[in-house]
This record gives sequence, structure tokens and C-alpha cells, in this order.
Amino acid sequence: MKMKRRAPPLLELRRPIPQTWYWGAGLSFIGAFLLAWVLLTSLGLVPRIFLPSPLAVANELVRQAQSGILWQDASISLYRIFVGWLLSTLLAVPIGILMGNFHFFEGLFEPFIDLVRYMPAVAFVPLTILWLGVGDTQKFAILFIGTFFQEVLLIMDNVKTVPRELIQISSTFGLSKWEILRHVILRAALPGIWDTFRITLGWAWTYLVVAELVAASVGLGYRIMRAQRFLETETIILGILIIGAMGLITDYLFKITYKKFFRWALQTR
Amino acid sequence: MTYPKLSVERVSKWYDLGHGESLLALQDVSLTVQPNEFVSLLGPSGCGKSTLLMMAAGLEEITSGHIFVDGREVEGPGLDRGVVFQTYTLFPWLTVAENVRFALKKSNLTAAEQEERVRHHLELVGLAAFASAYPNQLSGGMRQRVAIARALVYRPQILLMDEPFGALDAQTRMLMQELLLEVWQQDRTTVLFVTHDVDEAILLSDRIYVMTARPGRIKAELRVDLPRPRHWLETEGSLHFAELRHEALRLLHEEVRRTGG
Repeated sequence: MKMKRRAPPLLELRRPIPQTWYWGAGLSFIGAFLLAWVLLTSLGLVPRIFLPSPLAVANELVRQAQSGILWQDASISLYRIFVGWLLSTLLAVPIGILMGNFHFFEGLFEPFIDLVRYMPAVAFVPLTILWLGVGDTQKFAILFIGTFFQEVLLIMDNVKTVPRELIQISSTFGLSKWEILRHVILRAALPGIWDTFRITLGWAWTYLVVAELVAASVGLGYRIMRAQRFLETETIILGILIIGAMGLITDYLFKITYKKFFRWALQTR
Repeated sequence: MTYPKLSVERVSKWYDLGHGESLLALQDVSLTVQPNEFVSLLGPSGCGKSTLLMMAAGLEEITSGHIFVDGREVEGPGLDRGVVFQTYTLFPWLTVAENVRFALKKSNLTAAEQEERVRHHLELVGLAAFASAYPNQLSGGMRQRVAIARALVYRPQILLMDEPFGALDAQTRMLMQELLLEVWQQDRTTVLFVTHDVDEAILLSDRIYVMTARPGRIKAELRVDLPRPRHWLETEGSLHFAELRHEALRLLHEEVRRTGG
């Protein structure tokens, strides 16, 4: 009897599929998306002003790179995001740790944070301009408002997921609560906190356009807002793609450093 | 005057369920563990035996009654007691040797002495070769061996074990029980051991306290006068083992029948 060659089962519940299929599928989808874009624009199905061709976007990229605008925008945006996120993180880490460990601090801060975190960051733009002016400080403030109130709750959760037994066993070794906090809880929560950094920095990227919405003269978000005025659709699309790519890169940096720093947290058996 | 290593005197435990309701988990439990004795608390699940052990460890509040270790009343966790949990409690970011050494943070030993203690205790549990492995590279049985070494390394007066082999498969559990017997045979640290496994309690113990279903009370006390050193095959095959097992099962059976499990 002849054995029939069968395609690997691709749609079994929770069964991993071969790597080539996995990556092939993801790349094909992006390919199909690009192809649809090319077809829509080259066949003239959509006016150029609504959707420029991929080539037009690529030309815009070359133009911006050669004139230096791209590097200027990217570096100032990177700087704003980094400072805004760092301010948020510097405050979120200690407060989140206090909230995760001491019921008192959870009771003290959580109602307020829950209230603020549903307020849209974009609505704070006029207020921040009024309070902080039109400089970089105002950009930092928007990024901070967009990031902090979520980050602090995530850090609190990271701390809370440290198993109770680890804390109990440490107290049987005669450690004080501060020693347990430092040597056990923080150490155990660190991989989760690192992952929170990765996620919140990603959010900071999504708030960039909001931060550079008003009163900016340079930056990736500003470039998009300016292009809107002149209907330079290819500049808008390029800006979106660059923000996406830079977000992806920072995400990836956190992922590889996680694997490097926290080998012990990876499940190997 | 000499004290028992552990003395539990009329201890009760109420849990506050909120809305003015409360649950009696343990009722008027008294027991003693003499120096160098291996004593088990055997009872159906939910009978409060682990709660009692946690109270002895100083990790759970006592509602009424007193617990004494070496004549001193328990008011919190301390280095006079070593504790081993059922769940894995190794610090995953530390190696096996660092985990054991962590328990010596509060000791006055010099670095060299600590090193020597750690080495000795890893040898005791047969894991000297894994000193620099990380917990996520170890099997469940190996992790519990490290936990035992870590609880013994600071030489506590009494070792409190809460179903330490409960999460392991049946074969590994047998190996671990024999390993514990071997370790115990060497310096006969006083042990209070919580289990719901009749065979395990008989194999390991000098005495067994059988507990009732909730609220947990002491139902009976069994003396296990099987010769030591014990090993699974010889010990389990003896007539006396069979008699003890029958008696313990009868007692437990009454309890689970009474409460419907």
C-alpha cells in the first residue's frame, strides 16, 4: 500500500505548526497587504490623494532621509518619548511597589488612579499648554499622563504575583520585612516589571502624535499633523510606518534583554 | 527541666468569613513532639492539619491556645524552626547552592563555614553535583530535596513539613520518602510531618496523630514501633505495617464517611 503524503495539520486546536508555515503565513499576509496596496493605487482605483502608491511613500522616505528631516524628527521624538516614559517609570516603580505590598498604599492611591486613567490624554493637551507652555515639558507631560496611570497598576500587579510561599519561606529564615521586600519580592517581580517597561514604552509611542499635536515644530508626530494640513498623504503614511517600526524596535530590545537578564524565569522543563 | 521540642496546647482556629460568619477550622488541639521524634499529623483534606503546622511555623495566627517550641512560645517565624512546603519555594533566580546559602543570611557563620555547611547539606540530599544548577533545570523531586537541605542548613530545633511530597508522582514520592528516612537517620532532627497518605505516615513516623474532619480535632494517636532503619520493601511487607495501616484507614474512613468526603 502506498503512503499518502499529507499536508501538515494546520488547524488543530492548540497544536503548534511547522516553523516554515508559521513564518510563511505571517510574511504572506504582509505581502498580500502590500500587493493589495500596489494594485489599488496602480490600477487607479483610488485617487492618489486618498492613498498614494508604495513607491510614492518610498520616495518620500528617501527625500526626508537625504534632507535630514527624518533623522531630526526621529531623534527629537525618541528623546521626548524616552524622557516622558522615564519620568512615568521613575514614579510608577516605587509607587507600584508600595501599592503591591502594602494594603494601605493600595487603598490610598488606587481610587484616584482608577479615576484618572480613564481620562483621555488628548483632553489634557489644552491644560498642559496652559500650565507648562509649548516646550518639550508639555510633550513630556502628555506622554506621562498617557503612560503613568496604567504603568503604576501594572507594576502593582507584577509585585502581587510574587507567590506568597516565597515570602513566607523567607520569613522562616529570620529576614525582616524590608529584607524580604528587597531580596525576595523585588527580585522575583523583576522579570514582570521588565515586561511592563516593554509594554508601557510601546504605549508611549502611540501617544507621540497626541504629544506633538500642538505647538511642535519638529518630530515624527508633528510631521504627520503638518502633512494633514497640506494633504501630503504619503508623508502621513510614512510617519505612521516609521513610528510603528521604531516601536517594534524598542519592543524587540526589551524582549532580547529579557531573555539575557532573566534566563532563570524562562520555563525549561 | 526539659521541654518537649514542640508542644501544642488547646489550640483552636476560627476563620472570619465576613458578614459576621466564622468557620471553626481547628478545635482544642493538643499534642507534643519529643526531641528526636518523627511525628505525623494524618487527616482528611480540609481538616486543618496544614493550618496547625503553619501556626507552629509562626506563619498563621492562633485564635486561642498556645504553641511552644523548646518551652518558648511561638510568636512568629524563627530560625528555631525549619519549614518545607508542598509547593515549590526555591528562589528561581538563585542556583541550588545559593538557595541553600540564602537560609544562612542571618547566621553568624563565616563565609567559609557557610560554604562548608551548604556543601554538606547538598551532599546529604544527594545534589552536590547540581550545586550550580538553577531551579528551572531541576525535576520536582530534586527541588524538594533542595528545599529540605535549605530547611536543615541552619540546624533548626524542629523541622515542620507540610505534605512536602504531595505534588510528586507516586514513584518519585517513594524515593523521596526513603531519602528523607536516610537524612533523618543521620542526625534525627525532630520532625512534625503533615500528610493525608497513610502509608507515608507509617513508613516515616514514630507516632501518628490522626485528626477528625473539620473542625479538626485529635481523633487518635498511633504508635509506630516498626524497627529502624526502615525501607519501603521490608517495612511495607511486615505484618505490623499491615495492622497499622488497617487501623489508620479505619479511622480515616470513619471521618470521610461521616462528612461525605
